[in-house]
Amino acid sequence: MFEKILIANRGEIACRIMGTAQKKGIKTVAVYSSADAAARHVRLADEAYEIGGPEASDSYLSMDRIVEVARTSGAEAIHPGYGFLSENEEFARKCEEVDIRFIGPAAESIHIMGLKDEAKIAMKQAGIPTIPGYDGENQSAQYLEQQAGEIGFPVLIKAVAGGGGKGMRLVETRDKFSPALESAKREALSSFGNDRVLLEKYIRNSRHIEVQIFADMVGNVVYLHERDCSLQRRHQKVVEEAPAPDLSEDMRYELGETAIQAAKAIKYKGAGTIEFIVDVENGLKDAPFYFMEMNTRLQVEHPVTELITGIDLVEWQLRIAAGERLPLGQRDIKLNGHAFEVRLYAEDPYKDFLPQTGTLHHFSVPIQDNWLRLDSGIDQGDEVSVFYDPMIAKLIVWGHNRGEALRHMRRVLKSTTIAGIKTNLEFLYNIFDHDAFSVADFDTGFIEKYSSTLIPSKEGVSPTVLALAALCELMPHKSGSDVWDWSDGWLLNLNLNVKLTFIENDTPYDVDVTYMDDGFSVSIGGRNYKLKLLKQDAHKLSILLDGKKITGSVIRNKEDFTVFYEGQVSYLHHFIPGSDKEEMESQDGNILTPMPGKLAKIFVKDDEEIEEGQALFVLEAMKMEHTIKASVSGQIILHALQEGMQIGEGQSLARVMRRSADD
Amino acid sequence: MAILKSNIDRLSPEYAASKDAMETLIADLKQKIASIEQGGVEKYRERHVERGKLLPRERIRRVLDKGSAFLEFSQLAAYKVYDDEIPAAGIITGIGRIAGLECVIVCNDATVKGGTYFPLTVKKHLRAQEIATHNNLPCIYLVDSGGANLPNQEDVFPDRDHFGRIFYNQAKMSSKSIPQIAVVMGSCTAGGAYVPAMSDENVIVKDQGTIFLAGPPLVKAATGEIVSAEDLGGGDVHTRVSGVADHLADDDNHALEITRSIVGNLNREKKHNMVLREVVDPIYEAAELYGIIPSDLKISVDVREVIARIVDGSDFDEFKKRYGTTLVCGFAHIFGMPVGIVANNGVLFSQSALKGAHFIELCASRKIPLVFLQNITGFMVGEKYETGGIARDGAKMVTAVSCAEVPKFTVIIGGSFGAGNYGMCGRAYDPRFLWMWPNARISVMGGEQAAGVLATVKRDGIERQGKKWPKKEEAEFKKPIIEQYEHQGHPYYSSARLWDDGVIDPIDTRRVLGLGLSASLNAAINDTKFGIFRM
Repeated sequence: MFEKILIANRGEIACRIMGTAQKKGIKTVAVYSSADAAARHVRLADEAYEIGGPEASDSYLSMDRIVEVARTSGAEAIHPGYGFLSENEEFARKCEEVDIRFIGPAAESIHIMGLKDEAKIAMKQAGIPTIPGYDGENQSAQYLEQQAGEIGFPVLIKAVAGGGGKGMRLVETRDKFSPALESAKREALSSFGNDRVLLEKYIRNSRHIEVQIFADMVGNVVYLHERDCSLQRRHQKVVEEAPAPDLSEDMRYELGETAIQAAKAIKYKGAGTIEFIVDVENGLKDAPFYFMEMNTRLQVEHPVTELITGIDLVEWQLRIAAGERLPLGQRDIKLNGHAFEVRLYAEDPYKDFLPQTGTLHHFSVPIQDNWLRLDSGIDQGDEVSVFYDPMIAKLIVWGHNRGEALRHMRRVLKSTTIAGIKTNLEFLYNIFDHDAFSVADFDTGFIEKYSSTLIPSKEGVSPTVLALAALCELMPHKSGSDVWDWSDGWLLNLNLNVKLTFIENDTPYDVDVTYMDDGFSVSIGGRNYKLKLLKQDAHKLSILLDGKKITGSVIRNKEDFTVFYEGQVSYLHHFIPGSDKEEMESQDGNILTPMPGKLAKIFVKDDEEIEEGQALFVLEAMKMEHTIKASVSGQIILHALQEGMQIGEGQSLARVMRRSADD
Repeated sequence: MAILKSNIDRLSPEYAASKDAMETLIADLKQKIASIEQGGVEKYRERHVERGKLLPRERIRRVLDKGSAFLEFSQLAAYKVYDDEIPAAGIITGIGRIAGLECVIVCNDATVKGGTYFPLTVKKHLRAQEIATHNNLPCIYLVDSGGANLPNQEDVFPDRDHFGRIFYNQAKMSSKSIPQIAVVMGSCTAGGAYVPAMSDENVIVKDQGTIFLAGPPLVKAATGEIVSAEDLGGGDVHTRVSGVADHLADDDNHALEITRSIVGNLNREKKHNMVLREVVDPIYEAAELYGIIPSDLKISVDVREVIARIVDGSDFDEFKKRYGTTLVCGFAHIFGMPVGIVANNGVLFSQSALKGAHFIELCASRKIPLVFLQNITGFMVGEKYETGGIARDGAKMVTAVSCAEVPKFTVIIGGSFGAGNYGMCGRAYDPRFLWMWPNARISVMGGEQAAGVLATVKRDGIERQGKKWPKKEEAEFKKPIIEQYEHQGHPYYSSARLWDDGVIDPIDTRRVLGLGLSASLNAAINDTKFGIFRM
């Protein structure tokens, strides 16, 4: 076994790998970018080395520097985690050259599976079912469009070198093909340095089921059962579970054996995942399945496999990389209970899941026990920066069966509180609270189909949420050594009346509070309520609202209140009249960046006449493209801008001189 | 440790009757104050709000810390004094917390006669400044006033304790490093212009606050110059050109936020040498005071029952318990702060007065604040007592009360008559605060006694002429006198004229004393030098 390994990654996965390494007494070396100097993975490692600037290309993708750190620190092996260099054959080769073990498959395996078309050809030859499609050399737009027509719409355009949904476009009809192709190629080029794409048939009702396999150096291969990752949003996995619900033993066996066959076909070594697309147009029973792709690395969602098999996948990776044989034979790999994983993202579901950046002022999940595991790369007080993936943490639960695991996940999501950055917490809760999901009636279109339930349009803030926020703001108390410290609104012969204003999404909500001898009398939206604080335990408030006991949590950061109640999250701003004078300046006609990022494209020229809705800029942030459109028509005055420049949040890119109505 | 033991029978008819009577008084008080809280008539309030201004009580709430108590002074000021109703004398004053500091707030109510100063408005403003001076508290003036009320000029302008005294006080307080901060939220005309001008730091609201010695009409009359109020003395002019004002605010809310930051930058700290204890509630319910206090002042009550419902843990270490028993003296804590309590338990005798003087000396020497619970018909009368030198012993107590430099607090819980008022730290003896319960009465003597004295004098005159004075006529003679005393001795009558700092619900006594005591600790306690005690 190795004495010391380097982890060429960051965030939760780097921390998770270090956890296993430390359990096995292996010393760990972290590498980090200048933006991550205070990151959790740096704090956990035995040694840590800065390897460059915040851009991944300057640090986590910088192969030579990482190999150099491994050499000088005396690490015998490098674990690449997922993402970054985990599927980079050149890196695997560079490691081999200097006699450092790359914890992953051979460079050739990465090469084959990295190029989607070659992978498909190899699999076809090995007798693995694949989806009809085109994966040829001819990349001319016209030819590709013709091929798409032959496959039949809907068609999926995929970047050959891609993964994780980047450089991928779904095209429903032929007339939409050309712009989608252009955009996919641009994204592929910027993400992977290669704009080649392949086409394939899009299966409308499908489940995404993948099989975890492990192969050792002498050719033994086992499968660790499957994971169902059908809950996706724009091809990004949101919820994963294992085993796949309602999957028959026969089909589990068939999928597993097919996966082994695929791995053997390319003499695969180490941990890998074969992703299958299962056509469930006619149900899951005996459904046809096709090879989609193989991931030659540890997957984000590997913990659900760990929880149902009891196997530490990272430990197996280390043992196999160190030359050991597979610790268990196929027959000894059990399947016990059911596990779910959710990916907690810093993103705003109400703004089309726009990634959010900032400081995680508060982050609290229930205590980890037999039912809950938290894989996190970030602690309370840490920053979520613009440079990397906005995933904050993974919450993984286990239950004896799917129903129990579901209940655990609901409980966990209900009592998780995060503030400072908007997250998808409520969205995740809504998934687990959904009737169809509860009975495993879903396919990969689930999120889109039920988006109005999962992201319900909110009809204002409920009185309960406002009451919780108001009590958190007033926090009446009779404590302190000086009676003037008491904050109970005492007046001589009178009752104090306070008018509070909370703002959510630019809509103000007034809460009129009168301090009474026994609690408060509160008026919200023209209705009166009796309100009383029963108990306060840190951020958890128990209140009586018109006699009904309510428990919720409110996290306060200055005047921002994040209210958690029954799985729902409200982001309120307490408006103090008079405190906002500078901010009240008109922003009319100003085009502001919605988030920090790189200005990738400028579509307009200075002084140009523009129309409302016209695309003006493309902002690249969090590895995603965001198009900024004109909100009014008029003449645009650009500020000094250059493509490629970094721009902060809320900065003005341009001003639009509105055309008057009679023009 | 000496926990007072209560001997109240909560089921007795007397308790029920007293409770009923007190509840009626409290209901009336709260209702009167609620009406005063409204300020000026609706028409003027609406007009005020339409101009984008906050009502005065809203201004106070906005400037104070969240949930801060506000110890308001003399809510009943000017109640039924003038022909017109002048709620709260058109000015709201009190102590509240801003940025963690206890401050005196003086806030004009422009919805009441344009915020102009009636004689009692001046008196109330000066009293607030006096409280600030005694307790070393920063002053925040929320100014919105037309200045002196012209028809009443003779009682507002010329005398020592008239309008000019406001600015004198500002200068003197400023010289003692007591911050003077003005927020100009409306007009500050003529003399009023000196409130912001005499302040250490001030704020003015744009297009709303004005400061000038003479307004546009007077300017036109004097020189013929035609100028708008804003150009003459608006916020823009004063913050940009004249330098009369320091900060320009967008509106009331903005001005009050600026004021909060000004106070936050004062660099002040409450320092004192009190040995504080942990705060504990009294073990008896304050609400029981309603049933304990008889509606008839002639019925006596053991004042320890009152003390037990005011002090921490109902813990009272009595001094000289066996001597001069009509005066109860002892040490206790209120909200953790040490106090010496002097409370009446009957008419004052020589012994009681001597004991009181002794106890006051102790407190002055130990720098323990004094709390007087007044329920006193006076000193004992009669040959035995006069010849025993009761006047000499009473004088000792008055000397002690007058000279003691510790903070003194007086609550009139029953009668306050005659020289008893003096010995028990009446208004003339400069208690930091003086409050009355709604059942209390204050006059030189009781109405019946006064009527009796006057009737005796008259009967003597009649009988000297050899005539007879029929009982019926005597009763008719006495009736208006008794009525006059009852009317003028009423707490509302007293509070209307600022003979006290407010009428309070007995349940609030502990809180009011606690807030007052704590506020008083902002000022250092001087050493006491007593005058000559007549031996």
